Amino acid sequence: MARIRLEQLRHTYRAKPAGDDDWALKRLDLAWEQGTASALLGPSGCGKTTLLNLISGLLRPTEGVVRFGERDVTALPPDARNIAQVFQFPVVYDTMTVYDNLAFPLRNRRVAPAEVDRRVREVAELLDLGPTLRHRAAGLTADGKQKISLGRGLVRSDVAAILFDEPLTVVDPHLKWRLRSKLKELHQKLGTTMIYVTHDQTEALTFADQVVVMDQGTVVQAGTPVELFERPRHTFVGHFIGSPGMNVLPATVEGTTVRFLGHPIELRPAPARPPPAGARLELGVRPEFVRLAADGIPVRIVRVSETGRHRIVEARHEDTPIKLLVGEGDPVPAEQAFLRFDPAHTQLYVDGWSAT
Amino acid sequence: MAFALHDVALRIAGEVHLHPTRLALAPRGFNVLLGPTLAGKTTLLRVLAGLVRPTAGAVLRDGADVTGVPVRKRRVAMVYQQFINYGHLSVFENVASPLRVAGAADAEVRRRVHRIAELLGLGPFLDRRPAELSGGQQQRVALARALVKDADLVLLDEPLANLDYKLREALRDELPRLFAGRECTVVYATTEPAEALLLGGHTATLDEGRVTQFGPSDEVYRRPVDLVTARTFSDPPINTAAVAKRGDRIELGRVASWPARGGLAALPDGPYVLGLRPHHVRIAGTAAGSGEDVVIAGKVSIAEISGSESVVHFALDGGTWVSQTHGVHRFDVGAEVRFRLEIARGLYFAPDGRRAGAEV
Repeated sequence: MARIRLEQLRHTYRAKPAGDDDWALKRLDLAWEQGTASALLGPSGCGKTTLLNLISGLLRPTEGVVRFGERDVTALPPDARNIAQVFQFPVVYDTMTVYDNLAFPLRNRRVAPAEVDRRVREVAELLDLGPTLRHRAAGLTADGKQKISLGRGLVRSDVAAILFDEPLTVVDPHLKWRLRSKLKELHQKLGTTMIYVTHDQTEALTFADQVVVMDQGTVVQAGTPVELFERPRHTFVGHFIGSPGMNVLPATVEGTTVRFLGHPIELRPAPARPPPAGARLELGVRPEFVRLAADGIPVRIVRVSETGRHRIVEARHEDTPIKLLVGEGDPVPAEQAFLRFDPAHTQLYVDGWSAT
Repeated sequence: MAFALHDVALRIAGEVHLHPTRLALAPRGFNVLLGPTLAGKTTLLRVLAGLVRPTAGAVLRDGADVTGVPVRKRRVAMVYQQFINYGHLSVFENVASPLRVAGAADAEVRRRVHRIAELLGLGPFLDRRPAELSGGQQQRVALARALVKDADLVLLDEPLANLDYKLREALRDELPRLFAGRECTVVYATTEPAEALLLGGHTATLDEGRVTQFGPSDEVYRRPVDLVTARTFSDPPINTAAVAKRGDRIELGRVASWPARGGLAALPDGPYVLGLRPHHVRIAGTAAGSGEDVVIAGKVSIAEISGSESVVHFALDGGTWVSQTHGVHRFDVGAEVRFRLEIARGLYFAPDGRRAGAEV
């Protein structure tokens, strides 16, 4: 059990990398404290799985050092790193019983039979697999198999970390919900470091205390779910996290006044300093922080979509779309309306990066 | 063009794949088939397409029986979860293939491929091979091929399931616009309740080979006919609890009771199941409630924050409940927290699962 640290890490799949684009993972430093529940979040191809495989040892970095505590493990293979892994598609031995599947990682390490039995029963209990322990894994549903896969990841008590690579992507929504809650509960019980790779923001935000958002081989922002939601450092984070994502609107700045297509917009706090000439200026405000008002920015309502909990309203000011959320049962005007932005949750972005 | 299933059923080797189903699809609109894996969504699509012949009943097209008509003689297009494209052909030829099969003239093929490619943002990629495109673009190619031939019936089998979350959101947004103004009837299978609501149109909920309800999507969502439908159409899962009606009150164990209002007043005394969706269970004191709300105390077992929302699991009266509240609210595991049940939004079900009374 230890802190995991990546120092000056960089990785490429090419023999002779030329430009920046040839690096699947651009140079980075990152650390996970012992016991954190963390997520690596980003679109396909962003480098999150590469990063996970560098931690597990499935890949050896082109440059840089991987440390577990003070120990340099960069050259060690996965089985010498003392980690457990759970993959997107369940890895289960169909001919074995559920019990033997769960016991496998322990017997492999010559754990005493009494201890194997104790751990298997404990994990089976946690995952509600108790009644099926004597069944053959082949007869189980997809649901049951993914639970075994999770159970095998969780069964060893001595691991430095458990790494999950999109473990719930191929699972139905109801089961996804149950297993995600289960994982959260297990983390609270076991306190093991868990690193969870996903492209699904809901999974990342609900599971993790610390989320690392990646894009094109770089870390764009690392923070708590609340920080990522309320203060996205980059418009990419604002867009990628949240459904729908943050509205990104054209802006101009004169002195201390920020405008959106001529309309003055109040920001709290105001931008620290005037942006450099020629920079791309944008305002970012989440649909959650836009509201209908008696005056403000005039818009046309073009579409209203139901989600059950609330409605997503798509409005247009001139040709610029702005989305907002309206609560269940609250009225939405048919055509013309005015919008206001919450000043505490509206930010100015200069060349994509937050300047507020 | 109106499509309907008239008491269609399917058994394979004695096993029921589809119970007798009567369903008239909404013409020129989205018809969502919503249900978990193995509920029968794909089977229903295959019957509609003519890929599998039902063991009973008839598939009707404008009232005419087309049950035995082979798929190639129907004007049907299908898109699967797994993007299926011809790897050795360019994107242009992939999209053009149904027109080529139909023997369309070159000029006509070019005109139609370009029009649909424009619509789906594939214009710049027509000369490339599908493998050179991203997952989202590849699925757009499959969609373009389904749309190019002006089918009467377009069947989409979880077409977004294999895409990244953000791509899924973007394409889901595009789909209703894409079909707006077209003559075709669309049937869209999904496991996700939110998708059914966002796509609008009509929804048929499926469970174990049975259509449990069909109607306008928000109608089915708000007024499910039974508990199975309510469960199928809730994500996060709907909270359920055993309650009892005694005289003019509803009792939740010894924890709480409230007046039996509206349609509930006329129900006979006895046991019922209360269904209350997680966003109707709020952390007390977070927003103005209504006078009918019932406040209870529960012990927190899991607390999750998704950025804009807090999801709290808690134990109450021997069961587990889930609350979904706007904003960030932190709690320690084991804490006693007060929750406000928006009981006026509650759904009540008789012991046999059918909905009892009507919510107010």
